[in-house]
Amino acid sequence: MDSTQLIAIFGSILLQSAPLIIAVCGETISERAGVINLSMDGSLLLSALAGFVAALLSGSLLLGFVAAAAVGAVFALIVAFGSLHLRQNQVAIGFVLAMLGDSLSAFLGQSYTRMPGPSVPAWHIPVLKDIPVLGPIFFRQDAVVYFALLLVAVTWWFLFRTRAGLELRSAGERPEAAFTRGVAVRKLRYLYAVLGGALVGIAGAAYSLDVKIGWAEGHTRGMGWIALAIVIFGGWSPVRGALGAVLFGATKALATVLQRSFPQVALVAFNAVPWLLMIVVLLLVSGKLAAPLLARAPATWRRAPAAWRRTLRGLLQAAPPAALGQPLDEQ
Amino acid sequence: MSRLERIWPLLPGLAALLVTTLLLLAMGTSPIDAYGAMWQGAFGTSARVYSVLAFLVPLLLAASGLLLTFKAGLWNIGIEGQIIMGAIAASWVALRVELPAGLQIPMELAAAMAGGALWAALAGLLKTRGGVHEIFGGLALNNLAILFTNYLIAGPWQPPEGGSFRGTQPFGAHALLPLFENSRLSLLSLVLAVLAFAGVALLLTNSHWGLRLKALGQNARSAFLLGVSSDRELLLAMALCGALAGLGGGVRVLSWFDSLRQSISGGIGYLALMVVLLAGFRLALTPLVAFFFSAVLNGSITLQLRTQLHSALGDILTGVLVLLVLLFGNYARVRRAFRRNRSSENG
Repeated sequence: MDSTQLIAIFGSILLQSAPLIIAVCGETISERAGVINLSMDGSLLLSALAGFVAALLSGSLLLGFVAAAAVGAVFALIVAFGSLHLRQNQVAIGFVLAMLGDSLSAFLGQSYTRMPGPSVPAWHIPVLKDIPVLGPIFFRQDAVVYFALLLVAVTWWFLFRTRAGLELRSAGERPEAAFTRGVAVRKLRYLYAVLGGALVGIAGAAYSLDVKIGWAEGHTRGMGWIALAIVIFGGWSPVRGALGAVLFGATKALATVLQRSFPQVALVAFNAVPWLLMIVVLLLVSGKLAAPLLARAPATWRRAPAAWRRTLRGLLQAAPPAALGQPLDEQ
Repeated sequence: MSRLERIWPLLPGLAALLVTTLLLLAMGTSPIDAYGAMWQGAFGTSARVYSVLAFLVPLLLAASGLLLTFKAGLWNIGIEGQIIMGAIAASWVALRVELPAGLQIPMELAAAMAGGALWAALAGLLKTRGGVHEIFGGLALNNLAILFTNYLIAGPWQPPEGGSFRGTQPFGAHALLPLFENSRLSLLSLVLAVLAFAGVALLLTNSHWGLRLKALGQNARSAFLLGVSSDRELLLAMALCGALAGLGGGVRVLSWFDSLRQSISGGIGYLALMVVLLAGFRLALTPLVAFFFSAVLNGSITLQLRTQLHSALGDILTGVLVLLVLLFGNYARVRRAFRRNRSSENG
């Protein structure tokens, strides 16, 4: 394998990861504000279909992405309304919507199966594309990949460097305190849940219009659950979440490459990797395994500078927003 | 009691029917013909009714198990994989183990329960020991179970005439459950499902263990302080649920089919979760709701055969119904919610 091939693989890993990155950012925003949107698997499917069909019928890619975002936003709105207004269990509503999105996409998509359709064109960025190594990986992609990368940066900056982001996080961490200090917790939760849902919708269209072009029943099935697990693995940070998404994208891209080199190994083994990885990464960040492992670390590790140890512990552990999924009585 | 309150429980059902009717109209199908086909498909002949009952067996087994895990506050979404592992374990005995006539089927069913219990215990251990939420551990295990089935069918268990990717070779007649009047229904399995449901009902209403589970489900921390060992109870609830689900999987391979197939469960586990949610975790409602689901889904398969419309229509009907009941089912709660909002807007 020479370097050109390797660069091509890294480029395809980034492309494979782009929809996951977008979905993870959306869900991170929603959960940071305190709303778990468990419907993601269903809303990805239905928005992938909606995006493909809207773009196919209108001839406009932009309209496809808008339709997909609308589907994702509606799903999130139902979750938010059910939990914030009617005080029902977010997990239950999200689960039912995940199932419903799957059935709706199967029913409505039956006449659009395996049809040729529009796709997002490549868009090489002048000058930057000629940087050695980095150019082909990062700057000979398309608008979806650039959007995903920008989204990570903007989400991080917004969450951790702006006043509005602080209020968003306060709604998820200390809603009572935030409310008494004049933050409209419920309005914010609605806003960010719907915004996050719209991003999940865009991720759905990113599949059907770019990464896995077209529609077939169960087109993105499973990716929503993987994205939800990545949010946890990412410790509710968009940057770490994006790295997690790339890790999962890499398993997909690697499976394709390895399958070509080792045809005798059952395809099943490669398909199992993302799910095994999901268990492993959740075990790593849960703290239940990490803490005893860190305590039993070898002596050389214990002599390591305290700053390094803190960093590693920080990398291995992640705590959810304190009031995630909990209602707030604004009275 | 106002008139609105009296008709309230009917509204989600009517709304769900409205949604599917609109979908049918959008597809250019006459709703009357479609619902007629669904009714015929579920209850048109006695054979159809047996089919509804045969589909009900694994669904009721899984839903009964879920009553236990929900009581303990667990979201056992991994039940789909537990059904599949039960089917795989039963298939292993049916394909690879020769036993005396009286032992063959009991051993297959026992293996099915063990397979399901093992897979459930794995999800339980991932939660109690590994800190992995049961929703994510369960989903990963579901997908691994599906992939394992595909591997077995395409690899070590492929039929002698070559891998078909569809299923293994049919099991011998001695290894299959006796069927009722050329249907897919095994009366033995129906009796087992009813017994399992009764056992779960007894456990939940009349046992100390049921009380401990309830304490755990309502507040894990206070149960811990009261000396209810949470990990052990959670694992036990998971394993019991898995055993029932696995039995359901065994019934799928030994009577609904006659071999291990690619989509051996085909989402029965997820359906069982929807059943229990629609029943509102109430014991008495669970078998009725499971029967209703089984009828709708059997009906929608006939609909697909007759009109080429995707059978997911049945899932949409039940899905919208569950969603609306979850959101608006409780009249008092909805009224309170809207009153509260009005008052907070005014004040």
